[in-house]
Amino acid sequence: MSGFSRLAGFAACTRRRWSIFFVLVILPVSLLACDSQPESINPGRASDIPATSWPASFDIGRKATRSEIVAWDIDVNPDGQGLPEGSGTATSGAKTYASKCAACHGADGEGGVADRLVGREVGADFPFGRSYSSLSKKTIGTYWPYASTLFDYTNRAMPQDAPGSLTSDEVYGVVAFLLFKNDIISGDFVVNADTLHLVEMPARNRFVEDDRHGSSEVR
Amino acid sequence: MFGSLAAFGSTVFKSAADAETTPSAGGVASADPTKVPGRLPSALGQRSAFENPGRILKTPALSGSSRTPLEALNGNLTPADLHFERHHAGIPNIDPDNYKLLIHGMVERPMAFSLADLKRFPATTRTCFIECAGNGDIGLDRSNIPDKVTPGQIDGLLSTSEWVGVALSTLFREVGIKAKASWFLAEGGDAAVMTRSVPCSKGWDDAMIAYCQNGEAIRPEQGYPARLLLPGWEGAMQIKWLRRMEFADRPFMSREETSHYTDPLPDDTARIFSFEMDAKSIITFPAYPNRLPNKGWWEISGLAWSGRGSITAVEISTDKGKTWQPAQLQRPVLSKCTTRFRHLWNWTGEETFLMSRAIDETGYVQPTLQQFIAARGPGTIYHTNCIRPWKVNRQGEVTFGLTEVV
Repeated sequence: MSGFSRLAGFAACTRRRWSIFFVLVILPVSLLACDSQPESINPGRASDIPATSWPASFDIGRKATRSEIVAWDIDVNPDGQGLPEGSGTATSGAKTYASKCAACHGADGEGGVADRLVGREVGADFPFGRSYSSLSKKTIGTYWPYASTLFDYTNRAMPQDAPGSLTSDEVYGVVAFLLFKNDIISGDFVVNADTLHLVEMPARNRFVEDDRHGSSEVR
Repeated sequence: MFGSLAAFGSTVFKSAADAETTPSAGGVASADPTKVPGRLPSALGQRSAFENPGRILKTPALSGSSRTPLEALNGNLTPADLHFERHHAGIPNIDPDNYKLLIHGMVERPMAFSLADLKRFPATTRTCFIECAGNGDIGLDRSNIPDKVTPGQIDGLLSTSEWVGVALSTLFREVGIKAKASWFLAEGGDAAVMTRSVPCSKGWDDAMIAYCQNGEAIRPEQGYPARLLLPGWEGAMQIKWLRRMEFADRPFMSREETSHYTDPLPDDTARIFSFEMDAKSIITFPAYPNRLPNKGWWEISGLAWSGRGSITAVEISTDKGKTWQPAQLQRPVLSKCTTRFRHLWNWTGEETFLMSRAIDETGYVQPTLQQFIAARGPGTIYHTNCIRPWKVNRQGEVTFGLTEVV
């Protein structure tokens, strides 16, 4: 605003300058003010949008088809929702693991260029916040709260060099193999859409909500 | 930047004075530029040949991250080509004409939007930082705190841009979020098909889908052609190459919000869904590998930011934390954005430590490493925000001083 005042004072020095100022500055500003475009064009925050002046719908975009939703809706949830048909056991998964996973994660899931997956030396304990060095003991068996996550992630993103290339049976098998190696299921446990959500992960109840909230307290 | 200062570390700052014969964008620099016609206009500008900033890459470069060279920048914005990178399976190459955003789940109208559709909605603009949750974890491995590290190596998973896009609340209205929906899954179109669960409340508050970065289309590294932007929250949630949003009444428990991006605590639990970035600051000058050639007046400069709102003050100590003075804040100070601070300092030539601490609008004060570990324990790698001290020795050499301040 102070810049505007300085400009106005300068422009008022002579009549000619004032008229130039009117054409160049005031006229466009008043035209803008008369424009029917709402100030919603550049709201700083979503809550600043004067939604009441908006139509109920902009009628932009199109209805999603059932088939395009099914094609992309691959997420698997803790209750087992989203799991496909198929099944696997530690035995069937061992072959897939050896050929598709072991090169990066180690023959027994001990880790390599990629994350360590297997290991229960901390048992059912959860010591990761006690020392920096204990973070290296994070595995599926000691840290992952949900077995569904293992299917979801393996299915969508693994193996690293050919993501999404495993069949459902292969993913079920790898999941079974890794749960077995982490002493969570037995060797003959059949993992499928009906059984995966029944698997109880050791770290299931270790996670707590974020209690940081700013203010003078460091949390 | 700071080109006239001597460097004693691995990075050598060039100065215009000693680069008289360095080839410039237009050829060899002229002995007297006023006596030679200059270069003609060009379609695409480029930096002076005397300025060669670059992102900091890990070695080997197989890692999915690179860092912004904070020490090479001033002001507040990050040039788009120096914005930090963090991706979990590489940068996808997406044809904008084939781009599609699918929204489904607990919505009245499952819908698909093209990029042109997104751009046709009323636009919103926000200047804010994006910071990786793992930024600045240096110092937690207390057996291995380095001293020869630059500000970018410490905190370069932080960048600030002006973003343009469509407010998420605008799309929420368009598809009709059902009253039961409390979370949505955001999914990327990269090879990790990266997913995170986001509370719907953030969408109603200030989230947006961004398609512009610093005035032009988002760079591929930042999510071209469209990404999720969640001001003040950890970067990993702000899904790049956004292709799908699914609404539900519970979180989805994806890998990146359970096995990673959770924070172990000393009471044998781990914090989950720790989204907000705590207030933080770092002095970017003087810092390693600078050497102050003589005592006298120097301007300390750096960045402060908070995921909870605006920075209200930055305090500087030039005596190893004994006394603190307020720094000047560069205007405008924006909420959930970096703020450049500056503080004039008369160096006596004696050894000392320079420290900065950020204070945000909630009253939060950036803690020391000791205070941080007392509150969080020693096993946290994400959300590390302790004070970063720099040691200045009598030769003017500046090194990271965390080990000596703790």
